[in-house]
Amino acid sequence: MHNEHNDEAFLARINNGEHIEPRDYMPEAYRRHLIRQIAQHAHSEVVGMQPEGNWITRAPSLRAKQILLAKIQDEGGHGLYLYSAAETLGASRAELIDLLHQGKAKYSNIFNYPALNWADIGAIGWLVDGAAIVNQVSLQRTSYGPYSRAMVRICKEESFHQRQGYEIMTTMMRGTREQRHMAQDAMNRWWWPALMMFGPHDSDSPHSGDAVKWKIKRESNDTLRQKFIDKTIPQAELIGLTVPDKEIKLDEKTGHYHIGKIDWEEFYRVIGGHGPCNKKRLEHHVHYHNSGAWIREAAEAHKKKKNQKQLTTV
Amino acid sequence: MNADTQLDLWEVFIQSKSGQPHIHAGSIHGSDVKMAMQNARDTYTRRGEGTSLWVVPSSCINASNPDNNDMFFDPSNDKVYRHPTFYVMPEGAKNI
Amino acid sequence: MKSQEHLFTYCLRLADNALILGHRLSELCSKAPFIEEDLAQTNIALDMIGRSQALLNYAGQLEGKGQSADDLAYRRPEQEYYNHLLVEQPNGDFAYTLARQLYLSLFELHFYTELEKSKDSTLASIAAKTVKEIKYHLEHTSDWVIRLGDGTAESKRRMQKAIDDLWMYTGELFEMDDLEMALMSSGIAVDLIPIKSKWLNELKTVLQEATLQLPDDSYMQTGSRKGIHTEYMGHILSEMQYLQRAYPDATW
Repeated sequence: MHNEHNDEAFLARINNGEHIEPRDYMPEAYRRHLIRQIAQHAHSEVVGMQPEGNWITRAPSLRAKQILLAKIQDEGGHGLYLYSAAETLGASRAELIDLLHQGKAKYSNIFNYPALNWADIGAIGWLVDGAAIVNQVSLQRTSYGPYSRAMVRICKEESFHQRQGYEIMTTMMRGTREQRHMAQDAMNRWWWPALMMFGPHDSDSPHSGDAVKWKIKRESNDTLRQKFIDKTIPQAELIGLTVPDKEIKLDEKTGHYHIGKIDWEEFYRVIGGHGPCNKKRLEHHVHYHNSGAWIREAAEAHKKKKNQKQLTTV
Repeated sequence: MNADTQLDLWEVFIQSKSGQPHIHAGSIHGSDVKMAMQNARDTYTRRGEGTSLWVVPSSCINASNPDNNDMFFDPSNDKVYRHPTFYVMPEGAKNI
Repeated sequence: MKSQEHLFTYCLRLADNALILGHRLSELCSKAPFIEEDLAQTNIALDMIGRSQALLNYAGQLEGKGQSADDLAYRRPEQEYYNHLLVEQPNGDFAYTLARQLYLSLFELHFYTELEKSKDSTLASIAAKTVKEIKYHLEHTSDWVIRLGDGTAESKRRMQKAIDDLWMYTGELFEMDDLEMALMSSGIAVDLIPIKSKWLNELKTVLQEATLQLPDDSYMQTGSRKGIHTEYMGHILSEMQYLQRAYPDATW
């Protein structure tokens, strides 16, 4: 097949269901959109290690501790797969991290919320990873090859994450009165932010046009959100958790749940920097990056010394 | 850009078990080959996905130019005699 | 029986090193100088915690009071933990984390290789699995000590300081009290004396390649064989035991 350097030919390939690979012709806007989106996704995985990391040292059993560590390690790994995909588009990881630190790159809003009790770890795994899974399954069919392959890899690893979270919620709901209270409290705080993870309503998303045209985005925000709602509400009811929404109603005919109004003011407020943890999350990332500079510099210096030695001994 | 980078970029290839080819899995950062190897192992084989790993500096990978695909790949598509279906075997011929 | 009690305590000593060091390493999550190293440190933490779980399970059986691995991990008072003082030292900068790991992994490699020959089959089989993990920890750690020792002036300074500061906790690794002597004569516990010279020689090799100095002999801190710890231990346990102690009737 030919690799014609024009947007019409490119679009024809997209419509034909072909994958775009790193050296293929692509419109500059496609490349920039993907760098931004993949980097945002990667940053989210890495920043997401923080709220969960907050509870590792207090994990209440050896099994829970190991599972949580493994899950967080997976998240770091997912960040790595995604940075790897972004780098195929000509952006270096160092540049991407720089943009994050300057506030010019985003990460998922959900991680600006705090993990306040052990049940939050359950809620994060069950609701946040649960929502991410719905989105990620859809992204497996995204048009850019390296991004699609990264998503396939991520999806394979993700299901234990959600089970881990749901198991924690189940255990607590079957536990003491205090545990049940903590679980319901976590549900109350994480439910709506999880719904917001899918982004604004379709009617309020003016910029998705290109993403859909170029098959970067395969399903709409509301479609994905509805999938999440429909699978999650029965899970909540099964273990006795109350969804914090008085307007929840199952439409018997369609099988879909109706929900109440999402508070978009909260969404934009948190995205705009005024969430409970925005400042802390970014400062943490900046701090450890900067305080680790001497280590990275030492690794570079050592590498140069070794290369010099090899040159002189040959 | 300042000297503080994320170290060098390496491409990672994994062989899931002997008899299988090494398949490209993605990339990893590291300042030397030992670090790249360990990082590749920690990142791409946490679930026991491999028995062998290759790491190659990304700068050493040379890729064909897709602009030249028609010049580079199509001619061999014309050479049908490389395909076994080109040849007619007598009836009854086995193991061929 | 006395020897069963001894074996129980011996098991706790091994378990607690893994438990407390695993805990320290888990504190590093999301704090590494670059993301690959975050995964690497978590990998070691996971190995340690898994090891502590296996050893505490066995310890619970030996004790015979129906305590699970979690009961032992989360509900002992401070003076009944027997990890070496070295492992409870804080992570500090990356150089401290590495120095602590280097001293310990060099020791553990020889220790667990010997423990594979233990007459106690449970300890022997745990040891066999552990040796494989330790080889990886040691390779990772030595490589980094060498990079930092022979890197920049700053990394050399920091790495040397960490090596120097933690030196006083290394002597304790080779202490053998009556309990271990008794278990050793019944073929269960490892003789620590021959390990010491191997440990020292290999340490010298790594430090030499890292262009670092071996610290001078100094007074070695002690006390953990009797459950006497540094001030760090109390804080580690406050955090680790928090949920179990705040909600004593809860199952997690």
